[in-house]
Parts: sequence; C-alpha cells; structure tokens
Amino acid sequence: MTAPTKKRLTTSAMIASFADPGQRTSPAPFGHALNRLAEERPEIVGLSADLAKYTDMHVFRDANPDRFFQMGMAEQAMLGAAAGLAEVGLVPFASTYSVFATRRAYDFLCLDIAEPGLNVNVVGALPGLTTGYGPSHQATEDLAILRACPNLTIVDPCDSVDIEQAVPQLADHAGPTYLRLLRGKVPTVLDEYDYRFELGKAALVRPGRDVLFVSTGLMTMRTLQAAARLEADHVDAAVLHVPTIKPLDTATILRELRTDRLVITAENHTVVGGLSEAVAATAAFAGIATRIQPAALPDEFLAAGALPTLHDRYGLSTDALCARVKAAL
Amino acid sequence: MTTTALPTTARAAKIARLEAAATRIRHHALTMGEVQGQGYIGQALGVADVLAVFYGRGDGELRLRPEDPEWDGRDRFLLSIGHYAIALYAALAEAGTIPLAEIETYGSDDSRLPMSGMASYTPGMEISGGSLGHGLGVACGMGLGLRHRGNPARVFNLLSDGELDEGSTWEAAMACAHHGLANVTAVVDVNGLQADGPTPGVLKTEPVTEKWRAFGWHAVRVDGNDVDALLAGLDEIRDQTTSPSVLICDTRTGRGVPFLESREKAHFMPVAEHEWAAAHDALDGVQR
Repeated sequence: MTAPTKKRLTTSAMIASFADPGQRTSPAPFGHALNRLAEERPEIVGLSADLAKYTDMHVFRDANPDRFFQMGMAEQAMLGAAAGLAEVGLVPFASTYSVFATRRAYDFLCLDIAEPGLNVNVVGALPGLTTGYGPSHQATEDLAILRACPNLTIVDPCDSVDIEQAVPQLADHAGPTYLRLLRGKVPTVLDEYDYRFELGKAALVRPGRDVLFVSTGLMTMRTLQAAARLEADHVDAAVLHVPTIKPLDTATILRELRTDRLVITAENHTVVGGLSEAVAATAAFAGIATRIQPAALPDEFLAAGALPTLHDRYGLSTDALCARVKAAL
Repeated sequence: MTTTALPTTARAAKIARLEAAATRIRHHALTMGEVQGQGYIGQALGVADVLAVFYGRGDGELRLRPEDPEWDGRDRFLLSIGHYAIALYAALAEAGTIPLAEIETYGSDDSRLPMSGMASYTPGMEISGGSLGHGLGVACGMGLGLRHRGNPARVFNLLSDGELDEGSTWEAAMACAHHGLANVTAVVDVNGLQADGPTPGVLKTEPVTEKWRAFGWHAVRVDGNDVDALLAGLDEIRDQTTSPSVLICDTRTGRGVPFLESREKAHFMPVAEHEWAAAHDALDGVQR
C-alpha cells in the first residue's frame, strides 16, 4: 500500500510572512533601526508587553538591557508607563500587537499619551491582515480607531526601507506616533525606486497615465507589483505611496486626484475609516468628483487561514489588484 | 534614607502646623465650592489632612519649588482622581504654587482651575486625571525613568478606593513591584464611597491592605484624618528601599464640618447656598 498523497498544507499560524517566495527581505528592520538610533540618543528607551520577541523589540532589548522595560502582558500599564517615561524626559518606543495597543489600551493611548502630546512612539505589530490567526489578532480597524485621535501621527510603512527611515523621524517628532509594524523578515522594495521616507509626505513612487493607485503600507508593494505586471497589457499605472496616514498629505493627494485616470486606493485595513475613506473625504471636501475604487478589507471579522489564501480572498493580492484594474478599464 | 525622629516637642509643633494647614486647605476648598455652588466638597474635606502632610508649607513631604513647578528635581504628585482637583488646587494654594486669589476662578470659563484636574491647565498638576485607573501606570513609568536617569525624586499617586475597581490599577501595581520601584508611593483615599453608593455595595475592595501586600507592596494603613498617624506612615515608607509603598488612608467625607460629616454620604454632596458660610465657621469652631 502506498501512502496517500498529502494535500499541501497551509498555515493559520500567528507569525506568517507575507513576503513572496524569493523576495529580498531584511531581518527585523525595526529593531536594528532602533539600535542605531539608540547609539546616538541615550534618551531612547523601549518597552514591551510580553511581546518583545514578536515585535522585533528583542533586538533592542538584547543590545540595551538597561534601557528596556518589560511590562508583562499588561498593555494599559505599558502605555501608561511609556507616558510616565516621556514625562521625565525619555523617548520611549512601546511595542505590542496592534489589536492590543488600539482595542484594549485605547483609553491609555488617548489620554496618557496623545492628550498631553508626549513623544511616545507606539509600535503595533500584525496590523490589518498580516496574520492568519483570526480576529483576535487581526488589527483590521486600527487606523479607523486611531485616525480620530487628536495629536497622533500614524505611519503605515511599506517595507524595510520605510521602517528604517521612519524610526529616527518618529523619534524626532515631538508628539505621539503610532507605527504599523512589519516584523521578522520584511520585504525590501522601495530601494529600487527614487524614494525617501519623509514623515507627513506622500510620494509618487511610479508615474503612470492610465491608472492611479493610492496605496499605503504593504499594499504599496502590491500596487507596484500590479503596475509592473499591467505593463504587459499596455496599462500604465502610477503609484502614490501614502505612508503617513495622519496627518494626511492632502496637497499631494489632491494634485494626483485631479485626473481622468482610474483611481484605486489600496490598504491593508477595513474599508471603514482607513485610507480609502480618508482619500474620498479629501476629494469630496475639495469638490473633486472623481470616482474612487477601494481595494480594502471588507467590513467583516475575517477568517483564519494562510495569508496568501486570505489576501486572495479579500482582494489584497497582486492578482486581485490586476483583475480589478482590468475589470474597471 | 533613614528616618530622623523629631524630638517630641518639635514633632508636636509640626503636627500643629500641619493641622492648621489642613484647616486652610478646607477653607480654600469651601471657597471654591461656594463659587460654583457645588463640587466634590465632601471628598475635599475628607482628604485635606492627607494633602496637608504632602503640601503643608515648610513641612510637607514633597520636595517642591512652589515657584518653579517644572523643576526637574521635584517630587511628582499624580492626581488620578480628577474630580479631587478642588482639593489639590486648595493644596497648591497652600503650597504657594497657585496664588490664593486665583482659587475663586475655580470651574469658570478660561480659568486655570477646571472642575476636573488637567495637566495642561494648572501649574503643579502633573497629569490629567478623570478616567480612573491611569495614575499608577504613569507613576510606574515616571519611577522607572527617574531611577534610570539617577534622579532621586519620588513619585506619589493619590487614588481613591473606587479606583481599585479598575484592572489597570492592579496591572500597574504588579509592574511597580516587579521593577522594585521604591521611589513610587501610592496613597489610597479610602472614603468608602463611589458614584453609585457605598463601596461595599458597589464592588467589594476589602481587604485592601492584604491585596497590596499580596501584590508585593509595603502597605501602611492609617487614619487619614490623623496628621500624627499620617506622618508616622510617611516616616515608615521613606525607609523602604526595595519595594513600592502604599499609604492607605481611611478618611471621613465632609471631615471638619460636623453637619456635612453627618450628612447622608453622597458622591456629589449637596450644599445649600446658606450653608457655605456656616461651613467656614464650623471649621473655625464657631457655633451659629
């Protein structure tokens, strides 16, 4: 008797990579960037709520044990303590999963950190759909929660380049920030383009005449892939990367929206309250009637499963983006 | 740091000065309550002795420069119970951080003294309280940061027994103990009263002392309306070097004004317009 052929396994593990097979990656870009910054700035400190190892904070912890404060699985205490550290002149980076920083500890982020305008940098891992573990760990609405918080600067980086360049700028920024962390082996994409991360600025990474993608976070990696693939179909697609979600670079967005191109927003977040609605509001408030098609997660609690499966199912994959463009043109 | 025991006569004189400070704090709070015709006056009268031992001019436990509330070496006193602001403003006036004349602006438009304590409004107000269960977490971070920087300043957090309902208070309590923050002291005003009624009927928090001890804190429980006992508690706490401390203060709402002390306990104690002057007189022992 021969053993039956096993079905290829997929995984709904907590920690899964969204990098494509063979893609260039950098290990723990956040942790290493924080270490480089810490060498120059002694006031940089780190905290985690029992998730240092899974937020790349362990890199900082191991290099700077006297500047790392373990707060235990207690996100409220961690954000309160981060505020206290900032009150006495230190510049904390506090990491946990996005779901816990936003859903569980929002009152502390809002009142202890944002209201006094402290230089606390909250770092949330597993933003949007970057784990197949199910709704308990999928922070699909973190931007919707945080965009309404006054004083807060919000960054959704595309790749390791964005993260490495953002970390010192977040520390330099006097007020509170929230970074949607990509952790582990993070794709390296934007170094192939004439691009620098600039806090508060959107950047036209790729010009194009037929389609305008307005994308943030890891979806910029996907829109760039889609744009390259669409060339074969003689479709010329532009990519406007919007890594700073708040304050939104409305001037650059409006400049690009005054167009007759097909406009597609792309975000790793629910369609409610994220980039697509922010861009649509920006257009509507300015009297621009361009139709905007959102590529975003549905207003649902998402399934568990393997990330490639889920990104396909919910329209975040490169294939899904290409299909969407072809259907719309 | 070691306790320096005062000679009996000097200690008695200090107690007398702090009791006088507490009476002034009560008068200031009544003045503010009268301006608004309302306020958390019951709590303010109840906690006045506790605030006096911290803020009493020349004698208070806190190392402060009243004229320089941002001095980096100051002890931090965090009011997480924002509604006690009326009491803290009274204490800050006693300490000299707020001009006495300013307290009459309490709760008015454009005043630096809003009804709920906010750091951005008031010199000497370290944090914005009001959402309960926040103070001790911030105190933990300040304690960690001051120790990290080699700054000997201490951190105090005044919280209420009602605030012990909040899980975040206990998260922070565990963190302070885990990190051995001897520079952090919690001061719990146990007045047995919450918004919905007496604490035992809202959510049972006793045994409070045992809870703090189980969380790794050095716990001292005193009569919070007894200046002598409060000073003894602070002396004991000052000697701690390895763990955070908690001073649990049993207080009586309305303390010092007999007709308010005996009034039915209420989170928001009603005081009639004609009673404010009588309350001032009662503090001074004048019978009407």
